Order: sequence, then C-alpha cells, then structure tokens
Amino acid sequence: MSSFALFSVVLVYLALLFLVAYLAEKKKSKLWINNPYIYALSLAVYCTAWTYYGSIGVAATSGLSYLTIYIGPVIVIPAWIYINTRIVRISRINKISSLADFISLRYGNSRSLSAIITMVCLFAIIPYIGLQIKAISETFHLVTETPVSKNILTDSATFVVVLIAVFSSYYGTRYVDASEKRLGIISAIALESFLKLFFIIILGLFVIYFVFDGFSDIYEKASRFSDFKAKNTLNGVEGALNWMVLCMISGTAICILPRQFHTAIIENRQEKHIKTALWFFPLYLLVFTLFIFPIAWGGRLIFNGQNVNPEFYSILIPQYFNNTVVTVLVFLGGLSSSISMIIISSITLSIMLSNNMIIPYGLLGKFKAENEANNTRIITRIRKFSIFGLVIMAFAFYKYFILKTSLDSVGLISFVIIAQLAPGYFGAIFWRRGSYRGVLTGLVAGLVICYFGLIIPQYYFSYNQEFKGVLRSMYDAFSFFDIPYLGRIPEVFFWSLLLNAGLFAMISVSMKGNYRERNFAELYVDIDQYIQNHENAFIWRGTAYVSDIRNILVRFLGQKKTEQAMRIFNLKYNIDSEAETADSRFIKFSENLLAGRIGTASAKILIEGVTKEDKISLKEVLNILEESKENIILNKKLTEQSQELKKLSDDLQNANENLIVKDRQKDDFLDSVAHELRTPITAIRSAGEILADDDDIPPDIKKEFLNNIITESDRLNEIINDILYLDKLEHGEIALNVRKNNILETYKKALNPLLHLIQQKNIHISEVNLLNHFIFEYDEARLIQLFQNILGNALKFTGEQGTIQTKFFIREQELMITVFNTGKHIPEEDLELIFDKFYQSKNQNILKQAGSGLGLAICRKIIQNHGGTIRAENSGLGVTFIIHLPHRHKNMKLNDKKAL
Amino acid sequence: MKKIIIADDEHKILMSLEYSFKKNGYDVYIARDGTEVLDFLKTMVPDVILLDIMMPNLDGYSTLEMIRHDERLKDTNVIFLSAKNNPKDIEKGLEMGADAYVTKPYSIKRLMQRIEEMNNR
Repeated sequence: MSSFALFSVVLVYLALLFLVAYLAEKKKSKLWINNPYIYALSLAVYCTAWTYYGSIGVAATSGLSYLTIYIGPVIVIPAWIYINTRIVRISRINKISSLADFISLRYGNSRSLSAIITMVCLFAIIPYIGLQIKAISETFHLVTETPVSKNILTDSATFVVVLIAVFSSYYGTRYVDASEKRLGIISAIALESFLKLFFIIILGLFVIYFVFDGFSDIYEKASRFSDFKAKNTLNGVEGALNWMVLCMISGTAICILPRQFHTAIIENRQEKHIKTALWFFPLYLLVFTLFIFPIAWGGRLIFNGQNVNPEFYSILIPQYFNNTVVTVLVFLGGLSSSISMIIISSITLSIMLSNNMIIPYGLLGKFKAENEANNTRIITRIRKFSIFGLVIMAFAFYKYFILKTSLDSVGLISFVIIAQLAPGYFGAIFWRRGSYRGVLTGLVAGLVICYFGLIIPQYYFSYNQEFKGVLRSMYDAFSFFDIPYLGRIPEVFFWSLLLNAGLFAMISVSMKGNYRERNFAELYVDIDQYIQNHENAFIWRGTAYVSDIRNILVRFLGQKKTEQAMRIFNLKYNIDSEAETADSRFIKFSENLLAGRIGTASAKILIEGVTKEDKISLKEVLNILEESKENIILNKKLTEQSQELKKLSDDLQNANENLIVKDRQKDDFLDSVAHELRTPITAIRSAGEILADDDDIPPDIKKEFLNNIITESDRLNEIINDILYLDKLEHGEIALNVRKNNILETYKKALNPLLHLIQQKNIHISEVNLLNHFIFEYDEARLIQLFQNILGNALKFTGEQGTIQTKFFIREQELMITVFNTGKHIPEEDLELIFDKFYQSKNQNILKQAGSGLGLAICRKIIQNHGGTIRAENSGLGVTFIIHLPHRHKNMKLNDKKAL
Repeated sequence: MKKIIIADDEHKILMSLEYSFKKNGYDVYIARDGTEVLDFLKTMVPDVILLDIMMPNLDGYSTLEMIRHDERLKDTNVIFLSAKNNPKDIEKGLEMGADAYVTKPYSIKRLMQRIEEMNNR
C-alpha cells in the first residue's frame, strides 16, 4: 500500500473522530452520548499500542506474563465501587481536575507537591507517549513497506503525529475549567475503544479460521514447539511470584495512571456509571486477551525461523497472506489504541503542567492584572501549547531514546514510576495521619530507586555499554539488594514501593502534619459525611472581605458568572448578600470556583493574597473538626428523631382517623339499633293504647292485638339477643368449640325446627350430597345457627310451592355448601351489602323481612371465624348462598382452653 | 267521610292504625309501600296521608315528592310517621313539604287530635 493511500485513510479516520467529538459536544443530552457504556468504553484507553502489538510480542517470546497486564486490573476493578466512588465525590466537590490536584490537595493543598507529582507524571508518561508514536510510525512503514526516512520533516509518520497533536490540542481545551466534562473527546475515545476491540476480533478470527483450522489447530501445531510448555505455564514458585508482582504493578496502574484517573474520575458524569464499568470493563479486557494467544502463536508458526519482530505479528500475518483490508484494519486498531492514549495523556498532562507548574510558579501575578477574557485566553493557550509540546516532546523522545527498546519494557517502566504515587494516593482516602512530609519523602526515595534500577539500565546502558562514573558505581551498589528470583522490573517495584510506603508511614506517624493537611484529611476520609455542605468542613480563620475576593473571581469568571455563583452561595447558606466580611465557607467556595481553571494550589495562593489568615494550631483544628463532626452526628440524630416523631404523629393521626371512623360506625349502628327497636315498640304501644282506651273492642280483634303484643315483644327480645351475640362474635368473646362433627347431622339438627314452617308454606326442600365422608371440624352450635339463619332467610323469600335445595360437595379438598331458593333476585349491587348489619333498613328496594336484620351479618361472622367465606349469587330462578368451610384453619378464632 | 291513606311496611302497625281511624269515622286506605300510595292517588284525593319513610320499592321521601307535584293534592295533609327521630331527619322531612313529622312510637290519641286540628284549619 502506498504511503499516500494510507495517509488518506488515516486522515479520513481522524475526520471521523472529529465528527464524533463534534456531534457529541452538540448533543450532550442524547442517550447515545449520555450512557454508562460510553464511560466504561472510555476506560479502555488503558489498552494502548502496547496491548495491540507489545503483548503479542510478549506472548510469543516470553510467555504468560503478557496476561498480568490484564489480570491485575480485573482483580482491582471490583474495589472501584468503594474507592472510585469516593474519589469521584471528593474530586467533584473540590473541583479537582487532575491526579496532581487530587493528591496535593489532600496533603495541605501544597503547590510544591503538586509540581513534583506533575514532574513524575511527565517523566513516566512522555516515554509512554513516545512508545505510541513509535508504534504508529513503525506500523505505518510496515504497512506501506517503506523505510523510515532519516529526515523527520519528510517522514510521513511525522505528519500523522502532528495531526494527532492538533486534534487533541483543539478538542482537549474546549473548556477553560479543567474539571468540566469533555464529552466530545470521551465519546471519540469510546468509539476508538470499540473499534480497536472490533478490529482485533477480526484479526483473531482471521488467524484462527482463515490461516489455521480453528483454535485447536493452532494449539496442536504450536504445542510442538519445544518451548511451548515453558511459555504457557507459570514456571514454578519463582515464575508465579514474578507474575504476582506484575499483576500488582498493573493493578496499581489501572487506578493511578493519569489517563485512567482522567477517564475514570474527572470524566465521570454519574456515580452509577461506575457500576456498569465494574463488569463491562473487565469483560472488555478479557475479550481482548482472548485473541492474543492465537495471534502470537499463529505468528510464530508462520514466521518460524525468520527474523521478524513478534511485536508486529498482527500486521505481518495479514500482510503475509496479502490481505490488505485486514492489514489496514489492524493498523487502524493500533492507531486507535495509540491515538486515544496520546490524546487523553496529553490532555491530562497539559492540565497538570498548566495548573500545577506553569500557572502557580509563573503566571499568578499576571493574572491578577488582567481581565477575564484575557485570562481565559492565556489559560487555554497554555494548555493548547502544552498538549502540542508534549506530543512533540514524546516524538523527540521516541526518535532519540527508544528506537531500539521494546514496547513492553517502556510501558512497564512507566507503570512502576507511576506506582510511586500509590502510597500518597490510597493513603489520601484511607488514612487521616498521612502527612505531606511523609508522602514527599517516600515518593523521592521510591523515585531514586526507580532511577537507578530502571532508568539507568534502560536508557543509558542500551546506548553506552561502557557507561562509567559515579552513577555506575551507585548503580552497582544497588545490586546488593538483588532478589535472585524476581525479574528486574518486579524487583525494583518491590523495593521502591516498600521503601516509599515505609517512609510515608513512618514519617507521617512521627511528624505531625499541619492543620491544613489535617483539615483535608478529614474531608477526604469522611467524604460521605461532608458531601452535602463540604464548605462547612473547611476551617479558616482570619480577616477577609467579600469585595476583595469578588475582584479575584471576576478576573477569571467574569462579572456575570461571579454574581451568579455568589447568589447561589448566599442562597445555599442563607447569607445576606450585603455581608462585607467573608467566612471560611465563602473562601472555600471561591477556591473551588477557581480550582478548575487554575488548579487547587493556585486558587489557594490567589485567595490568600487578598485575605489575612490567622494562625490556627493543629489542636484547635482538631477541636473544631471534632465539634463539627459532633454537630453533624447530632444533626443526624435530630433528623432521625424528628423522622421518628413524624412517624409517630402520622401513626397517631391514622389511629385518630380510625377512631373517628369507628366512632361514626358506632353512631350509625346505634341509630340503626334504635330504629329497629322502635318498630316493634310502636306496634306494641299502639296495640296497648287501643286495648286500654277502647272498651267495646270486638273479642277477636282484641285477641289479635294481644297476640301482636306477644310476638312483637319476642321480636324485641330477638333483636336484643342478636345484637349482643354479634357483638360477642365480633369481639372474640365467643370462642369456637371446634370438634369433629358430621356435617349432615348438624344440618338436620338445624333443619328440624323449621320443617313445620316449611310444610305450612308447601315448600319443597331437598338435599344433594356429593360427599364421600361427612366428618369435618367446626363448632357445631355455631353452624346450626348459621344454617338456621340461611334457611330461615330462604324460607322468608321463597313463595308458596317454592323450592329450597342444599348441596354438599368438595372443591379443592375443602367443604362447600350451597343453599338455593326460588326467591326474588337480589339486585346485583346489593349482593354483598345483604351481609351488613340492618341491611334491610338501609336499602329501600327490597321487601322488608321480619327479624332482627342481623341474621346474615351473624352468618358471615360465624363463617369468618372458621376462616371461611360466604356469599350470595343470583342463579337461574332464584338466589344461592355459597358457603366455603376450610379445613381447620389458622384463622379460626379458637380458645383451646375453653374448647377443652 | 274523611279519606286517609296509611302507608307502612309493618303489618302490625298498620293494623292498629286502621282500626283506630276506622273507629273515628275515616275511610281508610292501606298501602304497603309508596307505589301503592300512588296507585290510590290515581283515582282519589284523600284528606290525609300517613307516610312511613323507610318503605320498600318507593320510600316516603320520594312518595311525598310525587304528591307535592300533583296540583289536585294541594289540600291534602301529609304526615310522616317514622322511627327516624333525630333532629336532622325531622328537619329534612318538614323541608320536603310534610305538614307534620310524628316519631314512632306515637300515641294514637294525640296523632288523631293533630289530624283533626289540621282538618279544621
């Protein structure tokens, strides 16, 4: 393929990225941008050219250790649910925009520490970026089958690099506030992550199914290599130890690498996205590694004995088979991996460079004199040039230092250097006592070891084998610490981190930090307590005027935004907008406003310039923190108590409403009772009055009136009995006497007293018995009453010559009894109401029955106490009452003592 | 002879009222519910109607409403006879246009006197 053609492909590809970034910026709220998978995919910026090419080289030449780079992260990532959630919160409320900000803010918002961390990152990452450029450049020449041009200005790979530098400096500096989310860039990165995985899957399938006959074919052929077994096992305890340490290195890197910190923390838009990343990202890594093995061993089989660089098997294999499409796709996959790493790394490094070195050490004075527009322009310009400069620096580094070294070793060295930040980083969120001095000492000590153990041999010896002098003798002195069974990189990692963490711990414990460190230690470790009003947790005492601070803010935010921000602040803390003096909360608030633009350290310095802080001793700070913590706890308790009170008062309210309802029900019931009693009393009184006043009353009529008095008195008595009986049933005063009884006999006992009346009315009564056993458990006396009420009811409503039929049967192993009568249909809407007390007197549309009006209410209560149900149904020519009597039921209201 | 319709769903109450009014010289018509009252009214104009309120099919309130819409019956006295005796019910009955509201149990003698007074007025 010609250089020009491939260059055009690259151009089109970059244009696609531009387009995606542009669209994503424009449509921020759209679902395809605003979803957790974009976040999870952007984390795959971890997989660089090193994965695409380097790991394959490692798998082919040194075996299983390529896996450590992926297994380490997979082991560590689950802890993100705790660690990263907190770091995201801390970073959000403090407007942190980079790794250097995050660590240095915790250790007293120290300008020097943030600058040192920035330096460490630069030293570790620039070679790493160089590595990506190396991959791009070499694969470019590999695909086009051209030699690398001696003159960089005429080398086509140079143009690719410049293009990338322009892209990242343009899109990486859209916002002056570095803590803002860069949706455009992140979406483009996510797309690249998807593409690089997609392309390596294509290559993997190409190798497995096109070049070979499936995975087992590769395995079988490769296993004939004499070194196959050694390269695909852990090789004993020694090998396993190395393996384990390498896993630790990559596990640390996945958390602390500046580009990972940037994508995972700074660009996190919603905490819940972390949850998706928790399973999605490890899955992504696993799929990726799945294809490394067949490509590496396939490559060895194909190029056995030839002198080719195994790191480029992925390109060489399709090229060998003259498949240009796959070759170009693989090249684009590698390009994606490189570009995304370069873009994110250079952006985050440029933020650190500007916010943690250039601005705090050189430009603050200038900022104080300029207006907002100029300052914004200066800040973005610094970042733009930094990004561009970093990429070019990395390019130069590649050209002059790492031409000969492998992708794998440069990557690992970067990892080990970055890992020196681990004690300070993890200490920040877990350990209150960790101090600035401790972090700094540990870090420097770790770096010294890295320098002698890794940098010197990697970058000096590879060029000058005869290297001599002080450095050489110091380097030789270190060989005393050689651990024979660890490889060089694991060994250096072990010693440097041991010393680093040890010094960090010892110095932190023995020398107290200053009050500011302790202040932020509280805020970091107890982030969940302070998340709501973190400004309260900031301790500051002294003299400060709102107007002075406002002047500073205006220089960076502009008039409008400053006033808007101050309005929000005053509203949040209920502060009079006329207030002249600023309190600690306003100082922290202002620092936050500036932090995203110029970094936390510079923000502090600027605010310090216009305020006068009084000295506070560490003891005082601890007291205040303790107090504020107590306040928070007290507040929490009060809230809890007030919630409890609220619940209690709700309960009371409910109880009260219940009582009111019950009271009204009781009134209604009494009204009904009075009404029901007055009817027979009226009849009795009238009859009595006539009998008393009328002397010449005919004897037969006299007798009728006397009879009326007797029956109505009986009726009165019946009503009173029923009322009392129902009341006892309802209040559980009548315990059920449940025994085994014969249901048919019980029914007969109920029916017998009524037979006389039934015959009088010429009603045909029958029973249908479908049972094969008759013994059930129930209270016989209650059931007799139930049957009598139902039958009496049926009798009342069934006309002369009518029919009453009772049926016994089993449904779903429970007893069912239906009583049918040929009486008038009950209106549908009343079918349930008839079981209410005094139903008859409340509904006008049904013939009045003599009786208490409580019969069916009593029936329902009896059957409910047995755990059963009763209902009425209009069926055919009449009405059916359906009774369901369950087996001895836990709902039965039993009183076993009485039952015995 | 004065004509009276007595409406109630309680047989035994009707019995004593029927006996007493007949004895006092009334032409008595017995109704078991509101619809029977309206049936009588198609063919006659009574002087007095005694109405129970809680009756099946058509209750006392509805019956009274029909009566008050009938021009022919403007001179008919309607008396509610009811066991509903709380002030709200009484007020409602009178507001609907009953000439009197007598609560159960009542004295037949006094009921009779009141009706006589109404007739003479």
